Amino acid sequence: MHSTWVIFRRELASYFTTPLAYVFIVIFLAMAGALTFFVGNFFDRGQADLLPFFNYHPWLYLVLIPALAMRLWAEERKSGTIELFLTLPVSIGSAVFGKFLAAWAFAAIALALTFPFWITVNVLGQPDNGVILASYIGSLLMAGAFLSIGAALSALTKNQVIAFVVTAAACFIFTVSGSPIVLGFLTPWAPTALINVVASLSFLTHFNAIMRGVIEVPDAVFFVSVIALFLYANAVIVELKKAD
Amino acid sequence: MAKMVEVRDLTRRFGAILAVDRVSFSVGRGEVLGFLGPNGAGKSTTMKMITGFLAPTEGTAVVCGADIVADPIAAKRRIGYLPEGAPAYPDMTPRSFLRFIAAVRGYAGDEAKRRIDLAVARTALASVMEQPIETLSKGFKRRVGLAQALLHDPDVLILDEPTDGLDPNQKHEVRTLIRALAPEKAIVISTHLLEEVDAVCSRAIVIAAGRLLADATPVELAARSRLHNAVRVSLAAGHDEAETALRRLPGVAAVERIDEAGDRALLVLPRGGQAIVGEVTDLVRTAGWAVRGLSVERGRLDEVFRTITA
Ligand SMILES: Nc1ncnc2c1ncn2[C@@H]1O[C@H](COP(=O)(O)OP(=O)(O)O)[C@@H](O)[C@H]1O
Ligand SMILES: [Mg+2]
Repeated sequence: MHSTWVIFRRELASYFTTPLAYVFIVIFLAMAGALTFFVGNFFDRGQADLLPFFNYHPWLYLVLIPALAMRLWAEERKSGTIELFLTLPVSIGSAVFGKFLAAWAFAAIALALTFPFWITVNVLGQPDNGVILASYIGSLLMAGAFLSIGAALSALTKNQVIAFVVTAAACFIFTVSGSPIVLGFLTPWAPTALINVVASLSFLTHFNAIMRGVIEVPDAVFFVSVIALFLYANAVIVELKKAD
Repeated sequence: MAKMVEVRDLTRRFGAILAVDRVSFSVGRGEVLGFLGPNGAGKSTTMKMITGFLAPTEGTAVVCGADIVADPIAAKRRIGYLPEGAPAYPDMTPRSFLRFIAAVRGYAGDEAKRRIDLAVARTALASVMEQPIETLSKGFKRRVGLAQALLHDPDVLILDEPTDGLDPNQKHEVRTLIRALAPEKAIVISTHLLEEVDAVCSRAIVIAAGRLLADATPVELAARSRLHNAVRVSLAAGHDEAETALRRLPGVAAVERIDEAGDRALLVLPRGGQAIVGEVTDLVRTAGWAVRGLSVERGRLDEVFRTITA
């Protein structure tokens, strides 16, 4: 527990020692704004809610979260510090969890910095702030799920670019697996059971459910399970690949 | 002498490559063990297993009573490890890096500060504490790695090529530090520099292609040299005549001519490593040669090393 905290602190601080943190936050806010106001027609809709804002989160994360996750393990393997790190008296569990939590906390900071959107909508009208809170929580859970996938995949390679691309591709598959295109492609031939499984893995479906304003237990459990599964995979991959 | 590190039949495969093949040895307090071998011999792989980075395919290592396979965290607490090339987080400063190491090792507040200050003083890092590690010279980077390994004052130090790539002065500083630490600890250093063995090690083991080939003190190792107890005689003149006479001595196996940059001498090799300096000086005196120099060879580690690992 103590070592998880120490590792968390170092990792989180290391985001801010490079320009990455600031570049990330600026781009995240700029893109969120552009998508919400121009593409999402925030003003023309004439409704006091943040639906146009949250709608684009899965697509924003698809591009930005892999950039947060790619360095977690690939950089340690590339620079050789993994040998130092994993010969300190820490368990692999706290190493994996500490790194993940740091990246997740960073995503939470970026998300929290979107508060002007929330202020704007409250100035303009009377939104259902319960729905907005639920959406924020849902968005954070989804970011965590993306990050856990990215962290595990970043342990597979020493090359951060590869880690980025592979993570983006994997996250894309998880995002769209419930979309009409994918399901339409499966429907003619796949057994219903398989279609249901694929559809149930969709981040979009679960996130949309949360955005409607109620955090249903199954949707929250879904994201938490994805996180747990990929953190476990992360530990296994680190053990397998660290010596290469 | 208490055994601080016990390596038992340590074996590691990488696919078809047998990198380390049933290596066993032990190190006690006060010992500096030189781990010798050509590149690719398996030195680093052995150290990675002792420090718990790599899981052994077979065998184990016990560090201060803690088995690295069964109880890795307890074993890691007792070890200070300098991996090959002294990796450290490049965007951290030595200060933030050492603070991180101190925190991971469970030190906080004044205790952490005291330990960092001591490690910094021992490795003479004070002048670069606020500079990102990636901007440091090789010598300073190595010292950051050493400071990290020393921070918790461990009973066991495992140093993988601690002086590799350093200039002669830096090498001397690191060796002086190792000697100063030696009485309290069990130290293993890997190297392919034989001068290092003479300079700091109380015992040496030689491995090649993953197998342990020798385990002895530097003096014992040197005694295996063809040159052990050989006598080098340099005369003002008459080397031909002297060569014939020396060859007739009962203890002499062979006489070789040396001509190093115009400095000519005879190298008298003993039969079976026996001491022949008495015989040779008697002959020199009775024959009345004009001697410019006469010295006894202790034996050369590099030559033993080449013979063993060939
Ligand atoms: N991760 C690895 N994968 C495959 N082979 C390896 C790996 N690490 C080391 N080896 C091989 O194991 C042997 C021993 O390497 P190493 O322990 O680094 O030697 P040394 O430190 O004595 O120079 C070499 O043949 C090396 O190529
Ligand atoms: Mg090596």
